[in-house]
Amino acid sequence: MSDRGVLSTFDWRKPRIRGTAAVVHAILLVLLFIAGLGPMLWLAKAAITPTQDTLRHPLALWPNGVDLANLATAWTRVQIDKYFLNTVWIAAGSWFAQVLVATTAGFALSVLRPRYRKALSGVVLATLFVPAVVLLVPLYLTVVDMSMVNTFWAVWLPAGANAFNILLVQRFFDNLPREVFEAARVDGAGPFRLFRSVVLPMSRPILGVVSVFAVIAAWKDFLWPMLVLPDPAVQPLSVRLPALQRFIELDVFLAALAISTVIPVALFLAFQRLFLNGGALSGAVKG
Amino acid sequence: MLPAAAPPPAAPARRRTRRSPVSWVRGGGLGTLVFLLPMLVVFGLFSWSPIVQAVVMSFQETNLVTAPTFVGLDNFRAVLDDPLLWTAVKNTLWFAVLALLLGYPVPLLAAVLMSEVRRFKGLYSALAYLPVVIPPVVAVLLWKFFYDASPTGVFNTVLGAVGIGPVPWLQDAGTAMVSLVIEATWAAAGGTIIIYLAALTSVPPELYEAAEIDGASVWGKVWHVTIPQLRGVLLITFILQIVGTAQVFLEPFLFTGGGPANATTTVLLLIYDYAFANSLGGDYGSATALSLMLAAVLAVLSAIYFRLTRSWSTS
Repeated sequence: MSDRGVLSTFDWRKPRIRGTAAVVHAILLVLLFIAGLGPMLWLAKAAITPTQDTLRHPLALWPNGVDLANLATAWTRVQIDKYFLNTVWIAAGSWFAQVLVATTAGFALSVLRPRYRKALSGVVLATLFVPAVVLLVPLYLTVVDMSMVNTFWAVWLPAGANAFNILLVQRFFDNLPREVFEAARVDGAGPFRLFRSVVLPMSRPILGVVSVFAVIAAWKDFLWPMLVLPDPAVQPLSVRLPALQRFIELDVFLAALAISTVIPVALFLAFQRLFLNGGALSGAVKG
Repeated sequence: MLPAAAPPPAAPARRRTRRSPVSWVRGGGLGTLVFLLPMLVVFGLFSWSPIVQAVVMSFQETNLVTAPTFVGLDNFRAVLDDPLLWTAVKNTLWFAVLALLLGYPVPLLAAVLMSEVRRFKGLYSALAYLPVVIPPVVAVLLWKFFYDASPTGVFNTVLGAVGIGPVPWLQDAGTAMVSLVIEATWAAAGGTIIIYLAALTSVPPELYEAAEIDGASVWGKVWHVTIPQLRGVLLITFILQIVGTAQVFLEPFLFTGGGPANATTTVLLLIYDYAFANSLGGDYGSATALSLMLAAVLAVLSAIYFRLTRSWSTS
């Protein structure tokens, strides 16, 4: 049998090993529950608990009742709805920029194969070796120069310059059967037709990977949007939350934190296999 | 409009003098260029040109008002003379060491145990991965509340139940960095566990069978088969973790702002402070100089990393 681990079928028959494994796995599950789910359950609880209860008895379950109004207050009066929408816009635009750049570039480099493809791929991949911090100041000054500060373009366009996506898509396109492209060419399809009707429909799996990671990354990003979106009216949740903490009540603040967590967790639950199989990840790690 | 778009296609064309522009267009060269356009524009403006600018700026005195002037190595000298730099380097190293002590063994142990789970395996990995998907800012702000130093703080209530504390957590220079590392480890462990779990499935079962024939115990098999088989991945996660911890920003920025008494000022926080903390205009030269020095250190580590991954994937 190929799906065995350290323990063999023979080991599993021994009562002592069976017992130890059961106990260890039960303890592990409890620890994972506490570490993985615990903070989120606590946040969900605190989001609908009055401030005083959260402060005095942080671990008690609603000693003085539930306060559902926190969520409504956070959504409307603290304008979490606005920041939530900003985050959605930023994520959507970053997603589009990344998918557009990665698919067109991957298509050109991998399917159309111009003579200079090696050199060009090299210049793109070289940027993977440059840590993001090197770009921070010059990129900021570029965005200031182009007067994109306080516009979503300042987040969308730099997000498109992601060499990792191009690497992933190019790899995927390299593995598509070339006979299909040749057949389409013989049938008279030009590069645009080939891209839209043949390559894009075949690349759903890789587009899914790029899309989910693009949205999650945009939702997580903090430093860059903080620098280029100083106006609170256009800030995403991640940038606005630390500032809000100073002037809103604790229970409403915790409700706001809970609301900010919903979308990424929902995406994770919906696309668990993408995250947990590590297929995309290991393919990338193997460089 | 596209300064970056011109050179790559032009250079090979010059070498092949026999190809005229007309035949280049007929051969589909123009169509290819159209597809490359989004990448050339975006990378040209927001990746390639800023990288070049970073190198130029590190030798310049730059502010947003007057024209930049070249100052040679002055920026590098100013950074190296800044007493805060050495505090930041020391803190970053301390963060990296603590993160290795706490964050390195935990995912490995968890992954080895989890790979033996026979029922609800998906539940285990989903639970382990959950902290990774929580937005980092939310996680830090939540933990900041958990770290409340009063006896009624969340962690202090739990520890108080078993007679420990109250622990000052973020308030004390001695415990602040440890607190940051605990949160960072919690936030990142899930990703490493998934990498280890994938690597564990590729350990050939024959090796375990051979060890069993030699009479190896369960621990013997873990120690002599599992761990040696994982050494490639272990080295990679080791280097990835060093590269990651060298660039830690969010935790010190949001938890402590570098305090108390600069006990959590990291290199990235210092770069941020040079460039953006002063609202009158940043010291962009020093910020880029320091970021290039950090990049040079990380480049050496990345070079090792890529060499290792290559030998790992071919073996």
